Amino acid sequence: MGKTQHHERDLLRLATAGSVDDGKSTLIGRLLYDTKSVLADQLAAVERASVARGGAVVDLALLTDGLRAEREQGITIDVAYRYFSTATRAFVLADTPGHVQYTRNMVTGASTAELAIVLVDARKGVLEQTRRHAAIAALLRVPHIVLAVNKMDLVDFDEATFRDIAADFARYAADLGVRDVQAIPLSALEGDNVVDASTRTPWYDGPTLLAHLEDVPVDRDPTTEAFRFPVQVVIRPRTPEHPDYRGYAGRVASGVVRVGDEVVVLPAGGRTRVVGIGTADGELTQAFAPQSVTLRLADDLDVSRGDVLAPADAPPVTGSDLVGTVCWLSERAPAPGARVLVRIGTRTVRGLVRGVGSRLDIDTLTVDEDATSLALNEIGTVHVRLAEPVVLDAYAEHRRTGVFLLVDQADGSTLAAGMVGPSVLVAAPEDPERCRAR
Amino acid sequence: MRVAHMTTETTVTEFRAATAPRTLTQLETLESEAIHIFREVAGEFERPVVLFSGGKDSVVMLHLARKAFWPAPVPFMLLHVDTGHNFPEVIDYRDAVVAAHRLRLVVASVQDAIDAGSVRERPDGSRNALQTVPLLEAITTHRFDAVFGGGRRDEEKARAKERVFSLRDELGQWDPRRQRPELWDLYNGRHSPGEHVRVFPLSNWTELDVWRYIERERIDLPTIYYAHERQVFLRDGMWLAPGDWGGPRGAETVERRTVRYRTVGDMSCTGAVESEALTVDDVIVEVAASRLTERGATRADDRASEAAMEDRKREGYF
Repeated sequence: MGKTQHHERDLLRLATAGSVDDGKSTLIGRLLYDTKSVLADQLAAVERASVARGGAVVDLALLTDGLRAEREQGITIDVAYRYFSTATRAFVLADTPGHVQYTRNMVTGASTAELAIVLVDARKGVLEQTRRHAAIAALLRVPHIVLAVNKMDLVDFDEATFRDIAADFARYAADLGVRDVQAIPLSALEGDNVVDASTRTPWYDGPTLLAHLEDVPVDRDPTTEAFRFPVQVVIRPRTPEHPDYRGYAGRVASGVVRVGDEVVVLPAGGRTRVVGIGTADGELTQAFAPQSVTLRLADDLDVSRGDVLAPADAPPVTGSDLVGTVCWLSERAPAPGARVLVRIGTRTVRGLVRGVGSRLDIDTLTVDEDATSLALNEIGTVHVRLAEPVVLDAYAEHRRTGVFLLVDQADGSTLAAGMVGPSVLVAAPEDPERCRAR
Repeated sequence: MRVAHMTTETTVTEFRAATAPRTLTQLETLESEAIHIFREVAGEFERPVVLFSGGKDSVVMLHLARKAFWPAPVPFMLLHVDTGHNFPEVIDYRDAVVAAHRLRLVVASVQDAIDAGSVRERPDGSRNALQTVPLLEAITTHRFDAVFGGGRRDEEKARAKERVFSLRDELGQWDPRRQRPELWDLYNGRHSPGEHVRVFPLSNWTELDVWRYIERERIDLPTIYYAHERQVFLRDGMWLAPGDWGGPRGAETVERRTVRYRTVGDMSCTGAVESEALTVDDVIVEVAASRLTERGATRADDRASEAAMEDRKREGYF
């Protein structure tokens, strides 16, 4: 067994942002098509649909529009997930709509992404919408951004046009605190620099889009992160083979845990030691993010779902006052005094909305300090008083654990997605007027 | 299944080198994500159930569930929606797995629903779309609040928009425009009485990933997934197996071919592909080289219209 196709590939999650007009669907269609991820029957279906709509050429955008209403209206409504792979890496692409009213979808796609592709039309350059997409990617701390300058064929592959757009965006990205930006001139429609290097951009010596996606580092170094382990379920078989087994199942959210490590159980604060790390495939001496394992502890403490195990010598902060930056996802505005459920890690606690602190204007990156409410798709800070303390890891340092949901108590709908901390947009000190968000 | 000989007795040192912190491979990442999802459901729901057809995706789901709760038994029941047009090899496989792992199986029968008058047989004899009613009846009867399905987003374009936790209303319906946003790995399973949540732990897997995982974990599958000789006839470009469900008809002639199945469903609409793939390795080579999606190649029900799957999902299908 096991001699065929055994590439030990890793996985990159990425998100795309842009509107239909920027050619986003065409770009994704091109990535799928040129990596041979589109199969004959899918292509045949797209050809039939293209002909039915009176198109002369096969519209690769039709590969990505899944719902009836989307095809009928020619728009993308919802986040769609696409899969393609090369010999060295598999990709999960969250295709997010670029329309203003669907900000929540962009936040959703960016929440798990290690890389965001921001698409601009070479004829139009960096628009308000481009800035909005980049700001959301920065807000969610997506580590890598690709500026895909599309439709280069329509500006005769002009180097100066590309350089101007890239420089314009680089300034803006620096304001946002984004460290890794790669600008790529391309034509999704004609395939230039998407998978194959273009002969029409001799002045460009950077990677093609796919080459860049394959090269971006996805490896985190868990040894540099603080260990966090939200307990999901307690495993107690009570079978004849395992009468006394008691393990705490979960996924290492960040960092590394080793057998023998002293840990603290939060929020209660009991201390104990890890005596075993189990998986169905055998015992481990250490586990690291994002492995799913089952930990056994030296002492018989009261540990249950919702608790967090962390290093005893450097425990995280716990508290009952949650101040977070949220994207408001509901038509019901947050009202002071409203009762909500707060989902943080594997714990759900009751909370009382104390108020809205500020609202971020994502277009101008200015903060309205006098805001008292948030509307659907708006971003701002909220203060929620919690019924019991929880681990409060700031999102700026803890992208995996510093996140929470606000959930409607009555119907269970998700009201807001939040990041722990007053605001996670980085200010650029040299340009205080332009970027006042902190 | 390799889980059968999982043990706690392995010496600790044996794994030291293998577990130094590093980037997980794609399959390790997908496995860890699926195990996380199973455990979230165990922590948040009262009465979860795993849809188990004996098809490869449901077999992989069960394997992952067993790993998630090891060394405890899987804390969920299994539900099979039986169209009455089953491949006997698959039913044998199903029963063997249930017995081997001491699982509890509920069977919801399309034939019973037809006899009771809650659904009506279609003229073409296909019972695939008829599964929705008995499925929803079983969910109501047993008060299941979370239903694991093996659906993958790569299968079909409506499924590409599906959440991992997908809320269904009292009628079991899916409304793609009212889906909850799903951020980070915080799955919101809150629901009202009567509603339930469909959960898709294999959302981010592709067909090839499933096969590679089957190889890696040495998971047994029903024999019809591998090449075998079978009496078949050609309809709409698909090789169908003859049966009481209504084939062959008219000018359709039965012949003997070496085939295998890429999906397992109702016999009336699940076609075989000509194949010489006898082993998992052979299948991986074949799938990697395939120019047809598994649903396009072998599922008549998805060819009906561009939105066939979306329409069935809206009504409460898997």
